[in-house]
Amino acid sequence: MAGLHETLHKRPIIFALLATATVLAGTIVTMLYPMLRPEMHPRLENLKPYTALQLAGRDIYQREGCFYCHTQTVRPLKTEVLRYGEYSKAGEFAYDHPFLWGSKRTGPDLARIGGKYPDAWHYRHMENPRAFFKESNMPSYAFLKERKLNPEEVERHMNALGFPYTREEIEALKDKTEMDAIVAYLQVIGTAVKKKEVQVEAKVVEEINPLSGKPEAIKKGKEIYEKNCEICHGDDGKGGIGPTLRDNVWLGKEGEISDGKLFSIIADGTQAGMPPFGTQIDKEGIWSLVSYIRTLQEKK
Amino acid sequence: MDEYRYDHQTVKGFIVSSIFWGVVGILIGLWISIQMWHPAANIQPYFTFGRLRVVHTNGLAFGLGVGAIFGIFYYITMRLCRRPLLFPRLARFHLYLFNAAIALAALSLLAGYTQSLEYAELEWPLDIGVVILWMIFAINIFGTIFSRREEQMYISLWYIIATVIAVAILYIINNLSIPAGLLKSYHLFAGVNSANVQWWYGHNAVGFVFTTPILAMFYYFLPKSTGLPIYSHRLSIIAFWSLVFAYLWTGAHHLVYTPLPDWIQTVGIVFTMFLIAPSWGSVVNGYYTVGQDWERAKNNYLTKFFILGITFYGLQTVQGPTQGLRIVSQLIHYTDWVPGHVHMGTMGWVTMTVAASVYYIIPKIYNTEIHSVKVANIHFWLVLIGQLIFSITMWITGIQQGALQKAVNPDGSLKYTMVEIIAKNYPYWEMRTVGGIIFTIGMLFFIYNIYMTIRKGKALQQA
Ligand code: HEC
Ligand code: HEC
Ligand code: HEM
Ligand code: HEM
Repeated sequence: MAGLHETLHKRPIIFALLATATVLAGTIVTMLYPMLRPEMHPRLENLKPYTALQLAGRDIYQREGCFYCHTQTVRPLKTEVLRYGEYSKAGEFAYDHPFLWGSKRTGPDLARIGGKYPDAWHYRHMENPRAFFKESNMPSYAFLKERKLNPEEVERHMNALGFPYTREEIEALKDKTEMDAIVAYLQVIGTAVKKKEVQVEAKVVEEINPLSGKPEAIKKGKEIYEKNCEICHGDDGKGGIGPTLRDNVWLGKEGEISDGKLFSIIADGTQAGMPPFGTQIDKEGIWSLVSYIRTLQEKK
Repeated sequence: MDEYRYDHQTVKGFIVSSIFWGVVGILIGLWISIQMWHPAANIQPYFTFGRLRVVHTNGLAFGLGVGAIFGIFYYITMRLCRRPLLFPRLARFHLYLFNAAIALAALSLLAGYTQSLEYAELEWPLDIGVVILWMIFAINIFGTIFSRREEQMYISLWYIIATVIAVAILYIINNLSIPAGLLKSYHLFAGVNSANVQWWYGHNAVGFVFTTPILAMFYYFLPKSTGLPIYSHRLSIIAFWSLVFAYLWTGAHHLVYTPLPDWIQTVGIVFTMFLIAPSWGSVVNGYYTVGQDWERAKNNYLTKFFILGITFYGLQTVQGPTQGLRIVSQLIHYTDWVPGHVHMGTMGWVTMTVAASVYYIIPKIYNTEIHSVKVANIHFWLVLIGQLIFSITMWITGIQQGALQKAVNPDGSLKYTMVEIIAKNYPYWEMRTVGGIIFTIGMLFFIYNIYMTIRKGKALQQA
């Protein structure tokens, strides 16, 4: 073999051709060949191309390098599904040129961010993340509010990708800011897969709060509340991004609400912007929250 | 020597440019490392983490890394072919074009023009520039090799040939895109396929920018500085072909547990394991080379740079395959462990070996000695300490992040929110900046030493 190689060292052209072939072997098998297979081009049935506003938002997401801190794939691992929701499916990304899965999670994964929070949450968070979490190292993006979109440019981008759009849609971009666009994009990410309705199936939920009225539980509930809920429901539940917790209106319906129902709102969240906490706060913690919320109602 | 004078100026030009871009990249590295624990260091809109990080990686991979590769490859090729470059003026033009391209690259990235593909962020007009740069380089390298005055091609030339070919294939394919304006384009590929093409590229950008070219330098300059021949020619041959073969199969280890089809992941992981063998072929060859006569080898101040460099390469190529395993990936993927891995390779192996090669070349060009071996030794120890602090802190905090993200309460709910986990990283991120500052001071000693040597050399030429 060494002998063969001796000749090879004297023949740069043959050497170069052989090196090319060597490099191409793995390239063909792991990169080019898969491209011919349908499994590389799946599309979920209810996946839609981006609208003009959403695409503009995605362009901004690319421009600002959000993906250097945020991933967009939930791995099929138990704790990861608990933290973020259903794991990512190949068919969710058919319109992503390029994919934006990222390689580093300095911040949380965003594959299931769509619908997790109300729009108002994002507007405030993007403007100043530290208003919500003082330990956050995410940059502030307040300048996005000041910048208007350029409808012609967005239209050109839609055309390049062949996404359908209407004239009105493009016209409407005139009055939108970059902030509107990025929020619209965030709200659509991962929504082709339906959110799980129930987060805590395994937890047997009593109908009556076992910690009702206990002073230590109320104290603990208040602590948890301040850490997790205050940013949306305001101090002492007076309301903000989320509704007030002091009145007797629950998810739009007036009247008394059972402990069990309160538990499941907190644990499972709602489709309209109340995030699920059942995987983040243990059962005792949620009951403590219920005890605390009951004291707020008395405050009104 | 006169025959080479013009080309040597070009080589020196590349080396000085690459050091310049290296300083820019390293200072931006310090800046983003501060942003991690001090978000007020973000200045919107141009100097936020998301925009600066890409200038850091591109500045160092392409400015420092590829700049050094151009200059040092020209130097090695001339020596091994025993003749000046075939197209000296083209090489000079190449130097100017290179600097213009890197400057435009940095500005366009700060302005937010990016394809969002790691290590292939440059927008399409710049991509065309890069391809032209690479073609000029290839023409000169191959031209010089074809008209060489030495029959046998030495090991370093094999690595040079492989690098020139592989980078061309990788870069062109991954940058195929749909233009949507002068400075905007969309990857031709979508979704899972886009991910697969990108990481086929991404891993091999590491392979053919941070590995094969650096090995070419190692195989040339280690014997040159120590005066000892490479220990085993046969081992070099086996290691070369198996490395170049296996690298291209392994991109999927960056996509473990993603929606990429399982079989591609598994093939990637298997070849990743195999990569230990050819990598260690070079490590062992390096150790045995100096082992032939350690007394003699250790007298040269550059030996420690090369031996430590190849040692970090050895550690890197054990750590890398381990990271590819599903069970390990589960824990450390997406965490700060990975920047720990990255910087052991870039600071410990790439920068160390490039610096040592420059220490060898500059005095040779001017026919003089290095300004100060003592300063070179200080440089060595500072970059070593800085790099170790960087990597070790990131490994610790990376494992901590992975473990805390997986921690659950007795009832199965998660123990920590992401924000609680982030808060625990701060002391480590601060330590990393300290490591980075020590590394940077080490690099300043290096630059000072090179500057003084060039000054001395110029004075000699004039005399
Ligand atoms: C330096 C890294 C960094 C960059 C760059 C960054 N983020 Fe973040 N992001 C974080 C961190 C850390 C958090 C968690 C703390 C918080 O919510 O502020 C976060 C949280 C978020 C959240 C809330 C996620 C959740 O589930 O609660 C969203 C949405 C978000 N970022 C969007 C973006 C967008 C859009 C960009 C780009 C314009 C961006 N981020 C850039 C680090 C970053
Ligand atoms: C991202 C903002 C946000 C956070 C954080 C949040 N909520 Fe909510 N919450 C909402 C929104 C929005 C609604 C209304 C949902 C709907 O109408 O479907 C809501 C509804 C509720 C309701 C029903 C109240 C009513 O008047 O309809 C309760 C109870 C509640 N949240 C409790 C909590 C608790 C306890 C926490 C902390 C563990 C919390 N929320 C954290 C946004 C939030
Ligand atoms: C003072 C020295 C340096 C400092 C402080 C520094 C800092 C950093 C930081 C903070 C990041 C971002 C990590 C993250 O996103 O979590 C990074 C990434 C990176 N740096 Fe550096 N760096 C330094 C030197 C270098 C050198 C010399 C090179 C190359 C020759 C380099 C190459 C890279 C690469 C390739 C990445 C991307 C890593 C990834 O994607 O995981 N760095 N660096
Ligand atoms: C046999 C050799 C090697 C193997 C198998 C290997 C493997 C890996 C793996 C599996 C990752 C992904 C980690 C993750 O995200 O979970 C990674 C990342 C990385 N490695 Fe290595 N590595 C090797 C050698 C090197 C060397 C020599 C360098 C030189 C600098 C290097 C630089 C990098 C960089 C820059 C990244 C970050 C990529 C990114 O996410 O942006 N690696 N490596």
